[in-house]
Amino acid sequence: MSYSPPAPINRPGHVPVPFWRDIRFIQIFLQIAFLVVVIVAGYTLLHNLVTNLEKSNLPIDFGMFERPFGTQISEGQMDFDPGSSSNIEAMRAGLQNTMRVVVIGLIGATILGVLVGIGRLSTNFLVRQISMVYVEIFRNTPLLVQLYFIYRGMLRLTLPENLKDSYKLPGPIYINRRAVNFPLIEGTDTAELFYIALGIGLTLGIALWWWRLRVQEQTGRPAYTLRFFLGAVLIFSGAGWLLSGGPFSVDYPRLERFNFVGGDRLSAEYLTLTLGLILYTAAFIADIVRAGIQAVPYGQIEAARAQGFSSGQTLRLIVLPQALRLIIPPLGNQYLNLAKNSSLGIAIGFFDVYNVANEISNQTGQSVVIFATMMAIYLSISLFISLVMNTVNYLMRTRTR
Amino acid sequence: MKKTSRLFVLALALALVAVMAFPAASPQPAQAQGGSVLDQVLARGSLNCGVNGQLPGFGYLDTNTSEWSGLDVDFCRAIAAALFGEVTPENLIFVPTTAQERFTAVQTGTVDVLLRNATWTLQRDTELGLDLGPVVFYDGQGLMVRADSGATTAADLGGASICTLTGTTTALNISELMGSLGLEYELVVFEQASQTIAALEEGRCDALTSDRSQLASLRTTAADPGAYIILDDVISKEPLAPAYIETDAKWANVVSWVVYATIQAEEFGITQADVDSFLTSEDPAIQRFLGVGENVSGTLLGLDNDFVVNVIRAVGNYGEIYERNVGPNTPLALDRGINNLWTNGGLIYAPAWR
Repeated sequence: MSYSPPAPINRPGHVPVPFWRDIRFIQIFLQIAFLVVVIVAGYTLLHNLVTNLEKSNLPIDFGMFERPFGTQISEGQMDFDPGSSSNIEAMRAGLQNTMRVVVIGLIGATILGVLVGIGRLSTNFLVRQISMVYVEIFRNTPLLVQLYFIYRGMLRLTLPENLKDSYKLPGPIYINRRAVNFPLIEGTDTAELFYIALGIGLTLGIALWWWRLRVQEQTGRPAYTLRFFLGAVLIFSGAGWLLSGGPFSVDYPRLERFNFVGGDRLSAEYLTLTLGLILYTAAFIADIVRAGIQAVPYGQIEAARAQGFSSGQTLRLIVLPQALRLIIPPLGNQYLNLAKNSSLGIAIGFFDVYNVANEISNQTGQSVVIFATMMAIYLSISLFISLVMNTVNYLMRTRTR
Repeated sequence: MKKTSRLFVLALALALVAVMAFPAASPQPAQAQGGSVLDQVLARGSLNCGVNGQLPGFGYLDTNTSEWSGLDVDFCRAIAAALFGEVTPENLIFVPTTAQERFTAVQTGTVDVLLRNATWTLQRDTELGLDLGPVVFYDGQGLMVRADSGATTAADLGGASICTLTGTTTALNISELMGSLGLEYELVVFEQASQTIAALEEGRCDALTSDRSQLASLRTTAADPGAYIILDDVISKEPLAPAYIETDAKWANVVSWVVYATIQAEEFGITQADVDSFLTSEDPAIQRFLGVGENVSGTLLGLDNDFVVNVIRAVGNYGEIYERNVGPNTPLALDRGINNLWTNGGLIYAPAWR
């Protein structure tokens, strides 16, 4: 694309190139023309929108964010008061629920995806086949269908209907169609003492770890880093526990007339959405991980083996660090997909920020404002994830001198 | 040379974009272009009627026979008959809408009129840019529970999980009621009515709240309708009415007077079967109503003068519509109650046909 215009020819009698055929003019003219078109189109659309909204008696009104939301949000923030909470507070509660799903979803999908991705390259026939079947099923069916399948097919129709028959796990944890109810550990008044002691223990533990590494480097003696670290943490936290006289109290779930009361719960809707997003996204991540690992030249593995690395060490020390550089950029795309797909929660009645926004839009009619806000919120989440992934990508880049 | 020709193509493309963008620079809202919705619909030759689709008795699409049925659906047919003389699959298009997208459909003109068991509220009548009315069914919000749950009133539902629909007044009403009773509860909000009844059947919820007519309707879709009871509590007023775009008085008149026509027909005792025998009636009030002779009726609305005859031929009078869809002989088995004619002690009343 390197094009340099020919030098102007000043021979007498030569007719100069007219300006509309002059490449320098055309280039600048086209850029200006494009800018004008973009501005005019943008202005026209916006003007059209505002005029038509006003004609339909629906002027854009940001004041509706301050109005009461009115509907109970039972997901997550149990103390949400529908009577006094405004629409903006409802959005915040919804955003909190979205973030609960996205954060756990990202962690879960990454762990499962890496395991399955490695599993697809396993020498074990069964592991390899199971990983393949998993990836093919979850990658090739729509997420919405999977969510319905998990929600209705797996959770609703297989778990006990009567709460009295809930599966009971040690804890006690009760599992039924509506939720997983589990004991909630709450700090007592003296819990701060314990936290301080734990903090000191952790700080000391890290310092000791660092010191033992230095000792190992200088003397070659075994470092025993973990033993020193755990020792410091246990001694201080144990002392803190005794001093505070038991820093925690446990709130156990108990069955009342209609539902379990006390403790904490993860609703069926939350579990479905989180599990669905993890399973779906992990299938894509698995393939990315597999591709990344396979892209590491086989000579590297042979060299590692020749040096006496075990297969686990080869994977951990030789293959994965190199594969990671190839994995991270497409991995970021999958993270973005997961965050955006969380808005499918509305299909199964999960009260995320999208569901709340829908509700507000319905009650106030301000769909333009609401959906612009929605786009801004999801854009912020996506840009934040991109920022983190770009930073990781930068840190992981091949250092060249 | 190749370079310049490519630039030329690019310039051409840009010019095209510009040409396409500029006519929109002077925005013309739908109102100004085609006048009233009435004129648009007549010019188009078809009516887009927003309906439910999943609610037996009100708006239901039978997936086996592809037949639409229901009280709201019949009012769509009545309007189409008033506009076009008769109802054909070509001139009446049913647009199924969810609770949360229904008003946007009206605002954007996707549907000309919405007959989707929508409650007439102050806020919808003003802020949403809609006009509503007249009421085609007087409803109230209720609660449905399992018969074996032992609950007999809303106050028994402390700690319960309650299912409802998103984007409805019912979600607001139940939140308000439980708040005023000072009861803890879990609200589970679904997008589709069919999901709410499934949630009750499958034990996700202890109670389902909606308009009482809807509860009766949803109960018919349950595997064992006898296992559920509707509590006596009526926790809100839910007058269900057609909705259409605000600031279009001409169209509002058409929708309103078609509904009134079915009501007036019942008052006169004119039915689908014998409407033709009334055409020769000597009664001046009936002559005026049916638009026969020199009387002016439909032309005042911009319709055929005898549009009432077409409406009654298509769907019958209000009582017939009621009995066919939600009355005692249907699975919903709803008594006329306050939905009876004013002359029988109900609230169904049409203004004077004069």
